[in-house]
Amino acid sequence: MFNKLKIRGGVHAEERKEQSTCQPVRKLGIPPLLNLPLRQHAGKPAQPVVKVGQQVKKGELLATSTGDDVCASLHAPTSGTVTAVGEITAPHPSSLTTQAITIEPDGLDESVPVEPLADPMTLEPGEIADRVDQAGIVGLGGATFPAALKLKSGARQKIDTLILNGSECEPYLTCDDMLMRERAEGIISGARLIQRAVGARRIVAGIEDNKPEAIAAMQAAAANYDDVTIQAIPTRYPMGSAKQLIQAIMGKEVPAGGRSSDVGALVHNVATAFAVHQALYEHQPLISRLVTVSGACIEAPQNVEVLLGTPVSWLLEQCGGLTEDPARIVMGGPMMGQILRTADVPITKGASGILALATPEISKNEASPCIRCGSCVSACPMGLVPLEMARHAKGDDFDGAKEFGLRDCILCGSCAYVCPSHIPLVHYFQFAKGELSAKRVQERKGELTKSLSEARKARLEREAEEKARLKAEKAAKAKAAKEAKARAKAEKEAKAKQEAEQASEESGS
Amino acid sequence: MVTAVAVLTLLGLALGFLLGYADKIFAVEENPIVKEVESMLPGTHCGQCGFPGCSGAAQAMVDGEAEVTCCPPGGRALAQQLAEKLGVDADLSGMASEPMTATIEESLCTGCCRCYRVCPTDAIMGANKQIHVVFADACTGCGKCVDACPEDCIGMHPEQETLDNWQWPKPAAA
Repeated sequence: MFNKLKIRGGVHAEERKEQSTCQPVRKLGIPPLLNLPLRQHAGKPAQPVVKVGQQVKKGELLATSTGDDVCASLHAPTSGTVTAVGEITAPHPSSLTTQAITIEPDGLDESVPVEPLADPMTLEPGEIADRVDQAGIVGLGGATFPAALKLKSGARQKIDTLILNGSECEPYLTCDDMLMRERAEGIISGARLIQRAVGARRIVAGIEDNKPEAIAAMQAAAANYDDVTIQAIPTRYPMGSAKQLIQAIMGKEVPAGGRSSDVGALVHNVATAFAVHQALYEHQPLISRLVTVSGACIEAPQNVEVLLGTPVSWLLEQCGGLTEDPARIVMGGPMMGQILRTADVPITKGASGILALATPEISKNEASPCIRCGSCVSACPMGLVPLEMARHAKGDDFDGAKEFGLRDCILCGSCAYVCPSHIPLVHYFQFAKGELSAKRVQERKGELTKSLSEARKARLEREAEEKARLKAEKAAKAKAAKEAKARAKAEKEAKAKQEAEQASEESGS
Repeated sequence: MVTAVAVLTLLGLALGFLLGYADKIFAVEENPIVKEVESMLPGTHCGQCGFPGCSGAAQAMVDGEAEVTCCPPGGRALAQQLAEKLGVDADLSGMASEPMTATIEESLCTGCCRCYRVCPTDAIMGANKQIHVVFADACTGCGKCVDACPEDCIGMHPEQETLDNWQWPKPAAA
C-alpha cells in the first residue's frame, strides 16, 4: 500500500498474459539449423574459436569473450557441424546483417564430458564470477549485459541487497512467471550463488502481484533461508526496470546517470539466476532459454524452452503456425521489444518473447499535433517531460532534448502508450538518442584525426629539421675539406716559391 | 512623492546614458553569424577546407571567401544548411551525400608508397611493394590519396551501414 505511493508514473496496460500460462513449459526439439550471432549481448562481439567443418559437441565453446572488454562467450547448443562463420540477418528492426556461427545439428545431442565439481557454494566469490563468465551468461531480462561483469563489479562495491527481478511487467510475456512456477528451487539456488559472489546481506525477490502462483512457488523454495524474502509488488508497468524496482523494494532512488550499486543494490533477473544455477550445478552453459510465444496470430500461445540460435520461423511452426498474416512480429515485449521485419532470424540470449500481433493489437493511429495535455508527464516513471523532449527532437535540437533529460529516458514507452494524439514519442527519443550518439562518434573521430594530423605535422617538422641539420653538416664538411685543400695548395705554392727564391739566391750568389 | 519621482527619473536617465556610453566604448566587433556558422560546422578542425580550423572556415564562408561546400566531413546535408543560413546557392553536384572514407582496391595496389605520404592524418599504412590499407577510423575523406595514386586503385565510399552505426530515422511529422 505504502509502496504504491512511492512509485512515480507508469501505466497499467491490458496484461494479456493468461493465453500463454495455461500449459506447462514445453521443451522444443533440435531445429534443422542453428544460427548463433557472435554478439547477442551488450558490448563487443565474441571471438570465434571454431573453424568451418569442425565437429562440435553440446556445450562446447564456439566463441570466447575478449579479455577486458564487455563481452560474453558462446557455446554450442547441441552437437553437430559448423557449416559457416559469416553474415546472417540480425534480429533487429534494421534487418542488417551480423556475424554468426552456423551449426548443422547431427541429432545425437552429445555433450562434452564434464569434470565433477565440489559443492559450488564452497567456491571463492571470484571463482563463481569466473565460472559465470565461462558459461557465457548475460542478463536474460532483455538488457543482455554480461552477468560476470556485474558480479565482479558488485564484489568491489558495497552491495547490501541482491534484488531478484521477477516482475515481468511487459504485457503478453510470461516466461519468467512460468520459470518461477516450475523451477523456483533453481532460481533460489542460483541467487544464493550470486549473493555469495557479491557478498550481499540479503536477497529480495520482487514479483508483481498479478502472479500469485509464482509468488507461492518462490515462497516455498525460499522457506529454508532466512535471508531470502519474496516480496509482492504492485502491478504497474515499467516495474521491471531496475530503477523502478529498486524504488519499490528499497524506497531509494538511483541518482540520474548513476547505477544500482550507488544505493547498494544489485538487480538480476530470475532467469539469469536460474542460468547461474544451471552453469554451476549442472555444468550447462547458457545454450537455451524460455521464450513466450504469444499474440493473436499464434495458433497455440505457450512458453517453450528453445536452443539459442533456433530460427524464429521454425519456432512459430512448432507452436502450431500462424492463423493469419501478422501485422507485426516482435522479439521481446510489446512495449520495448524489437520489431522483426522477417522471421528468418535466430532466437538470441535476450529474446524473452516472440509475439505475432494482429492489426487490432497494435496502434496504427495517425499522429496528430500535441495538445500539451500533460498525460505523458504524469505517465513518465523517470519524472521527465516527454512532450518537451519530443518537441526538441522534432526540431532537430538534440541538445535541447538532452537538457530535458533524454539521457535518463529508459525508452519504456509509457508516454507513447497514454498519448491521446498518438505521437510516436519513443520513436522521437530513439531518433534523438541515435543522432546524439552519432555526433559523439563524429566528435571522437574528429579528436582522433586532429591529434593524428598534429602528430604528423610534428613528425614532418622533425624530419625537415633533421634533413637541414644533415645538409648543414655535409656543407660544413665540404667547406672544411675545400679550405684544407686550398691551404695545402697555398702552402705548396709558398714552399715552391720559397724554394725558387732560394734557388735564385743560390745561383745569384 | 515629487522627490521620489525626480530621483528615480534622474537615476534612470543617468544609468541609461551610462549604459549607452559603455556600449559604444566597449563594443565588441564580431559578426554573430560567424559564431552560428561555426557551431554548425563539425568542430573537428580537420583542415580539409584549407583554413585553420572550423572558426577560420566559418569566417571565410561568412566573408564569401569560401564555398559552403568546402567541408567534406559535413557532407551535402551541412552544405545545404549553410547555404540556407547564408542565403547563397550551393553547387552540390561535386559533393557526396554523406561523409566518405577511402578504400584501396587490393588487387590493383602495387605498394608504391605514394598515398600514405600525402595522407594528412596518417590513416594509410603500407611499405614498399606491400599492399597498403586505410584505417577507416582515422580517414577524414579528404581524397588527397586518390589524386596521389598512380594506379587509380583508391576509391571514396560512404561508410557502410552496420548495427553499430544504424539509427532510427526521424518519425514522419504529425
